[in-house]
Amino acid sequence: MTVSLTLSGITAHYGTTKVLEDLSLQVEEGELVSLLGASGCGKTTTLRLVAGFLQPTAGSIHLGGRDLTRLPAHTRDIGLVFQNYALFPHLTIRDNVAFGLKQRGMGSAARAKQANAMLERVGLEALADRTPDALSGGQKQRVALARALVIDPPLLMFDEPLSNLDAKLRVEMRVEIRRLQRDNGRTALYVTHDQEEAFSISDRVAIMNAGRILQLDAPEVLYSRPADAFVANFVGFENIIPLRANGEQDSAIRAEMAGGAILALPRERYEPPAQDFLFATRADGLMVARSGEGIPAKLGLRTYLGRAYQYRCETAAGEIIANGPLSDPLEPGTDAVLIPQHDQCTVLPADS
Amino acid sequence: MMMRTRPHPALTAFAALVFFFLMAPLVIIIGASLSDTSFLTFPPQGLTLHWYENIFEVSAFKRTMVTSATLALVGTSLSLLVGIPAAYALNRYRVQLPSFLSTVFVLPILVPELVLGFSIMKSVTTGLDFPIFASLVIGHALLVLPYCVRVVSASLSSFDFSIEEAAVSLGCPRWRAFFTIVLPNVRAGVIAAFILALITSINDVSISLFLTGPGISTLPIQLLAHMEQFFDPTIASVSVLLMLVTVGVMAVVELTLGLTFLTK
Repeated sequence: MTVSLTLSGITAHYGTTKVLEDLSLQVEEGELVSLLGASGCGKTTTLRLVAGFLQPTAGSIHLGGRDLTRLPAHTRDIGLVFQNYALFPHLTIRDNVAFGLKQRGMGSAARAKQANAMLERVGLEALADRTPDALSGGQKQRVALARALVIDPPLLMFDEPLSNLDAKLRVEMRVEIRRLQRDNGRTALYVTHDQEEAFSISDRVAIMNAGRILQLDAPEVLYSRPADAFVANFVGFENIIPLRANGEQDSAIRAEMAGGAILALPRERYEPPAQDFLFATRADGLMVARSGEGIPAKLGLRTYLGRAYQYRCETAAGEIIANGPLSDPLEPGTDAVLIPQHDQCTVLPADS
Repeated sequence: MMMRTRPHPALTAFAALVFFFLMAPLVIIIGASLSDTSFLTFPPQGLTLHWYENIFEVSAFKRTMVTSATLALVGTSLSLLVGIPAAYALNRYRVQLPSFLSTVFVLPILVPELVLGFSIMKSVTTGLDFPIFASLVIGHALLVLPYCVRVVSASLSSFDFSIEEAAVSLGCPRWRAFFTIVLPNVRAGVIAAFILALITSINDVSISLFLTGPGISTLPIQLLAHMEQFFDPTIASVSVLLMLVTVGVMAVVELTLGLTFLTK
């Protein structure tokens, strides 16, 4: 059974502090959507509202045709995976996995059989009789995953499930989570503060700040075409430069930056939202060269990135971070130009 | 290289003194309880178990022993019935609840026991006209409540409440999650609180002094009364018996759960 999750106009408070404001979100059938943001942005609150551990002050939550908004948490039928695994310390691994089945009134032989089958799917059948304290972090999270999946929930939710694991295991586990979610075509909501994790695992990612969703898009879109300066900054655009459109020449927009430098932005790639706008690029999108058509700069500190050199550059418009080729290391103090690589740059509204 | 294996002589002497002061009263009481004299004395003159027999011959001792045991069990149970939910709420809703609430539950320790006993007598026994045993139960429950709340709280403070939420998300109602998930994981704290409260209740004098009345007394109060009249070695033998009960409880805990578990 695959269903969609719909949050409409959700507002939530902690005491008198508003933590979510008029938040709407639709997770389609079988889709995995991540909520991504810094701590305190409201992503965990959103998940806890859907789980039923918190009540919204306004708005509604629907799962398929069911209105969850006022249902008690234990009747919502949602598979939850926690950051700290939240296994039952006094039960064996098998009983941990079988717990949800027991709540559904399944007989002990049937639930042991089903728990064993689920443990086999996550590769832990050999540990079924141990207790959680004998397991490593990765194993614990597999058990938690098995425990959430075994009740066959229409919705899976993950609350920073990989934060307590080391880097290598994180990559391994997120592939496994994605595989298990895909296999059953289950709708899933995933909360994380790790951009790489969110982008690698999700169909779509919602970037949140201060209780609001700023942009909800496929990772590819978020990565290359952020909607505003906050999202751009969040997805790693180091340089956000205010520009003013100043006529056109040879099917390119002539845009002037503070200090007088002129950038020629090809018409077919850019559509500035107003006369004043922002030009956003990662360090990779500005190539440091000895000469050419670009932003004049005086090179500052140089660092080695492996694939390129990175420079802090002094320009008339302030400090800009840009990369230069390994073949031509330049000394600090050199006068150079920063040439925009138009396939890696974008424009944003100025008031964002 | 020489290892320093011998501690400073002053430290050895100090440690010996500490042990001496801890052990000496026990030795004196045990010795005195065996003395074949009609008054309390140490070292014992002659050896007899007569004073132990005497405990069970004096009907007041038998009766108060039963009263004390019943009172301790009922009072402690009542106190846990209030204390466990209180400790749960204090920890589960630590953020939402005002911080002074946790102090409220230790107030009975801060108020001198004599004052506590007197005020319960004035308000419950004479004020509300409660039966003596009921007043005793209320007094003792109140006396041990701080221990119950504190010890169970200590256990709950390291309990991860997301485990409870995990159970709820798997379809377990909150009330059932409390019994099947929360309680089994704070079992150590509950048992520790139970034992501590039981011993505190059995040994209490100050509160019982006000709340005992005609026909109903506790063992320590009976001991006090006996001492005023007779001052014979029965007092010592009852004390030894109380010690043995404590040692017995500890032995059962040690054998079944291991003593280290009380310190968890």
